[in-house]
Amino acid sequence: MAQLIKGETGEWEMVIGLEVHAQVTANSKLFSGASIEFGAAPNTHVSLVDAAMPGMLPVLNEYVVEQAVKTGYGLNAQVNQTSVFARKNYFYPDLPQGYQISQYDQPIVGTGKIEIDLPDGSVKEVGITRLRLEQDTGKSVHDMHPSKSYVDLNRSGSALMEIVSEPDIRGPEEAVAYISKLRMILQYLGTCNGNMDEGSMRADVNISVRKPGDEFGTRAEVKNVNSLKAVHQAIMFEAQRQIEIIEDGGEVDQETRLWDPNKLETRALRSKEDAHDYRYFPDPDLLPLELTDELMERIKSTLPELPDEKKHRFMESFGLSTYDASVLIAEQSRAAFFETVAEKAGDAKLAANWVINELLGALNKAEKDLNETPVSAEQLGQLVARIKDNTISGKIAKDVFAEMMETSKDADSIIDEKGLKQVTDTGAIEAIIDQVLAANPSQVETYKGGNEKLLGFFVGQVMKASQGKANPAMVNEILKKKLDG
Amino acid sequence: MSLSREDVQKVAGLARLRMTDSQLDEMAPKLNSILGFVEQLSEVETDNVEPLSNVARSTLSLRKDEVNDGECRDKVLANAPEAEEGFYAVPKVVE
Repeated sequence: MAQLIKGETGEWEMVIGLEVHAQVTANSKLFSGASIEFGAAPNTHVSLVDAAMPGMLPVLNEYVVEQAVKTGYGLNAQVNQTSVFARKNYFYPDLPQGYQISQYDQPIVGTGKIEIDLPDGSVKEVGITRLRLEQDTGKSVHDMHPSKSYVDLNRSGSALMEIVSEPDIRGPEEAVAYISKLRMILQYLGTCNGNMDEGSMRADVNISVRKPGDEFGTRAEVKNVNSLKAVHQAIMFEAQRQIEIIEDGGEVDQETRLWDPNKLETRALRSKEDAHDYRYFPDPDLLPLELTDELMERIKSTLPELPDEKKHRFMESFGLSTYDASVLIAEQSRAAFFETVAEKAGDAKLAANWVINELLGALNKAEKDLNETPVSAEQLGQLVARIKDNTISGKIAKDVFAEMMETSKDADSIIDEKGLKQVTDTGAIEAIIDQVLAANPSQVETYKGGNEKLLGFFVGQVMKASQGKANPAMVNEILKKKLDG
Repeated sequence: MSLSREDVQKVAGLARLRMTDSQLDEMAPKLNSILGFVEQLSEVETDNVEPLSNVARSTLSLRKDEVNDGECRDKVLANAPEAEEGFYAVPKVVE
């Protein structure tokens, strides 16, 4: 479902690769024992290593290494037994070392692939080029002083995974689907919290345009794209900008641009001359990182069930649609909730309907998260089981559910208290039907005269007389017998 | 391999070193003589030799993921030319 843009000279295709920086979930930094907790007072979570004082040496965090390996397996990627840390040299006030310790041509994780779910229900594979472990920078604050920038090094030296995709993405919707799926995988693995608001996950977008089937065009890199909405907007703006340049006879510059979320535009960032002269070289303070077979095996064998595996299992063993399965696996806790409901209910498809349409719908309306639900998975499972075993109709179940949401009571006790049990006794239903027919002699005449549409009217009257408790299938059957017979 | 005056200027720029014209004139031959000295190493036959990254020890040492450092803002900022409200204060850098 590549999205094309109509220009003056025909249709254009977007070619996009994404570079995502994901902060590794851990207690301490990549090379120091300072905390990485978010939101501390400026420059408190900073050790002398992070501040790059002379003579300080980096010592690698073993847990962060494990997290990167785990992520590599989660991206179906090749994990490299030997990787090398390298210095990427540039000057900026929030980079106290004057270089970032990153990885270059020997990263810890090589090529992999993930599956993304598109809005039309289709699925596409996107290649992963590599994952590098590297240090984060500090943060500059520009609006606290008229002539100065303030620098906070709390984030400096926190571990990042730089995850680069192949240029397989063909439009803003695919880009958003890619980031969503990547975030989901990292959250399932517990290797990054995926919080874009706090900057735990940030995206840079590489984008070029071409006529479908042509060679790749010259790309621009757009930085500071820090929400899914911004990803969408930045891609559309930048693609249009490039198309206009080319159609006016110009050439796109290969450059770094900045997304401005207020003006909704991209603008050129760094002067090009020195921009990409990072002079990478192996960091002499760090030996190559060698992973043992034991470590790699242990991590591989303790991977959780990943989103796509779960999705496929839900579709295959429960017969759910791609859409339902995708909704249910979006969060691990949601998937677990659904599985409990399904087990209790004895009908996975019905359970999926109730979780997605009724429960998630009601929670959404009340602006609540699933972990705040007044109705537990066991309780919802019981309610669905009562529909399944014909104790109540689906319609009555909605009333019971509304009350459960209010009171957190069990379905069975509400059904008992209110006498909502469905009437399945033939004699009782016949008695109600006889009453209804006796009360509406003219409609009975019309029906017998050939207007069979009136059956619906009678069913409605019977259901009303039974306060919704008569089993609708039985009402239909007995009514027909009486009217036609 | 030989460095031109422009190469020296570029390297100095990347390293944020300000150099006068006369310093640049002086530096190019000096750097070239160092490079020439080091270049002698390329005469050694290394076709079947594994690259050696470090002679200190054979394995990288790792640390546990424990918070046992930081929380020393006064020390961190002690050498800053300027600090305000717990931040380093630097000339404004906005692109």
